[in-house]
Amino acid sequence: MALSGGVDSSVAAAELLRDGHEVVGITMRLWGGESDTGCCSVADVDDARRVAQQLGIDHLVFNFTDDFNEHVVAPYVSAHQQGLTPNPCIECNRHLKFHRLSERADLLGFDAVATGHHARIIDRDGVRYVARGEDMAKDQSYVVHMLPQRELVRTMFPIGDLTKAEVRLRATAMGLRTADKPDSQDVCFITHDGGRTAFLGSRIAFRPATVVDAVDGTTLGAVESVEMVTLGQRRGIGLPGGGPKRYVVDIDHATSTVKVGDESMLLCESMVVHDMTWAHLPVDGDVLVQSSAHGATQPAAITLEGNTALVQWAQPQRRVSPGQSVVLYDATDTYVLGGGIAG
Amino acid sequence: MSDYTYLDHAATTPMRPESVAAMLPHLSQHFANPSGSHRFAREARTAIDEAREAMAAVIGCKPGEVIFTGGGTEADNTSIRGVLARRGGTSVCPAAEHHAVLECVHVTHGTVVATTATGAVDLDVLATALESTPDASVVSVMVVNNEVGTINDMAAVAKVVRRSAPTAALHTDAVQAACWLDLRTIWPHVDLLALSAHKFGGPKGVGVLIAREGVTFEPALIGGGQERERRSGTHNVGGIVAMAEALRLTDVQREAELPRIAALRDLLVDRLVAELIGVHETVPRDAKVAGSAHLCIEGIENEALLFLLDEAGVCASAASACAAGAMEPSHVLHAMGVPRELAQGALRLTLGTTSAEADVHRGVEVIVRAVHQLRRTSTVVS
Repeated sequence: MALSGGVDSSVAAAELLRDGHEVVGITMRLWGGESDTGCCSVADVDDARRVAQQLGIDHLVFNFTDDFNEHVVAPYVSAHQQGLTPNPCIECNRHLKFHRLSERADLLGFDAVATGHHARIIDRDGVRYVARGEDMAKDQSYVVHMLPQRELVRTMFPIGDLTKAEVRLRATAMGLRTADKPDSQDVCFITHDGGRTAFLGSRIAFRPATVVDAVDGTTLGAVESVEMVTLGQRRGIGLPGGGPKRYVVDIDHATSTVKVGDESMLLCESMVVHDMTWAHLPVDGDVLVQSSAHGATQPAAITLEGNTALVQWAQPQRRVSPGQSVVLYDATDTYVLGGGIAG
Repeated sequence: MSDYTYLDHAATTPMRPESVAAMLPHLSQHFANPSGSHRFAREARTAIDEAREAMAAVIGCKPGEVIFTGGGTEADNTSIRGVLARRGGTSVCPAAEHHAVLECVHVTHGTVVATTATGAVDLDVLATALESTPDASVVSVMVVNNEVGTINDMAAVAKVVRRSAPTAALHTDAVQAACWLDLRTIWPHVDLLALSAHKFGGPKGVGVLIAREGVTFEPALIGGGQERERRSGTHNVGGIVAMAEALRLTDVQREAELPRIAALRDLLVDRLVAELIGVHETVPRDAKVAGSAHLCIEGIENEALLFLLDEAGVCASAASACAAGAMEPSHVLHAMGVPRELAQGALRLTLGTTSAEADVHRGVEVIVRAVHQLRRTSTVVS
């Protein structure tokens, strides 16, 4: 059981015990640097250990800081340098929780790895899929969408059938110290005080960019770092207030140019998604597509070309920042078919 | 504990029953504060004075040079930071020191010098460093390395320090030495010496700083002026009495215990090397203390190995753990130049007075089985 020190994994461990499983709690130490809200601070490890003690299970800390740096932090930094907007939590799930941890668990003789994600695993004709959790507002199927069959058969999400409110009620009923602990927010290795700018600024050289009108090319202003600008952004691009709302509609990293325009210019008919992974077999045709952690799904048609999917939206949609994860759900919006990275 | 095989004596030792017995009266009827002025206080004071003399006799120092502390870390901190605070100047230590020394040198922007491949201080490097650090006021070199068990020749270290930095105080972290070396052979060479009771059968949270007469430092704790104003705070009477008894017994039994424990260690290492491929003895046995077996095992990660050993009831360790309890890559192995991949398979097995041959055989069986399990599916390439 991956114990982060939060309420979800605390209750998940208790659910497993109630169901008669033999449980060992593992806290992964992932980030060795500065952190405040993150999943790997010492205070969170203390919470995880106390919950394990209360439940009467063994608790260990595994040091995966090297892997975390290699597979999550370094790619996060270099993606920004290339003008992408990555999702580090998804890469952490892909490389740490559902690879490094599950490989080690296998090596140590464990039958399954459980986490406190709000998601479910369902069986359709002998094939496993990640499905949405009971609590749609907290559903995390998007961030665990990449699980392949070999992981799905040895993964458990014990609180997937519970709402967040039920999770907290159970934690309170058991007197767990994490019962009222706030949900973790944002990226664990980025501090509240410094934010993304301080984190990236100390690791890459920011390049200033010119802000121009997307229609006529006139220069409207400048920003200090093209790396910190994201598609659809409205504030912090040095434009005077008043007038029609203007959005970042394109970012040209090669020339360090940020183009702004009205909302309609953000819309597109289709998008390309590469590095596709699939729960089972590749799927094309009509699906539902989710392109942010808590965004709504939109209908689209998929055409495949090797490892790349062309998403043809049923209705024009706002453009998705390159580097974001795009997840395909079945027509009933119940379970994950596959996913990839927006190009 | 009867179902467990304890091979982690360098982390801490089980308390000697005699030490527990010596401690108990001071936790019950003899509870007085030794700094008080009534008869009960005087009784406590007598117990401390006797403990001080007993410690001095084993170390070969004067009773007045014995300062009771809250452990080895405090004694190390007081020595290094206290001398710097009193005299100014900078600190120097080798890279394989315990964190209790290393961190003091780091935070005061001191000089950390290279070690040899066995983890011993490189005397030539030390001499060069001292000669280029004319303001060195405190030099710290451990007697025995806590991870790999390597012994530093303190007579040779002292010779270099006295020649190259004649005004510097020489401090030694002797925390891992008490069980294995006659402290009377160490003390003449140094000015400051730190011990920790729980490493030789005493309780945790109590230690001692031996400070040569005339070697002054700023105390780490000021207040009531106990320990001749060198360490304020009410004495931990029970702990001090128990420590003195543990050190006395350690000293009395050392000569008989050394060959017995060395033979057990040799059996342990010989069997592991014979029964597993890719097992490397980190330091040659003639360079280290009798109770230490440190191995680097190819193709495994020690975090996983320790889990399997723990499951099977074998207590061992690898490097030191961070505040969160995760294994940290060993700075000692790094200083010795052990490749990071091999250092991932580092295993420290340490024996002590309670170790018996059955522990060795049980340990070997469990370790061999665990290594086979991890190698069968391990992705780490050896």
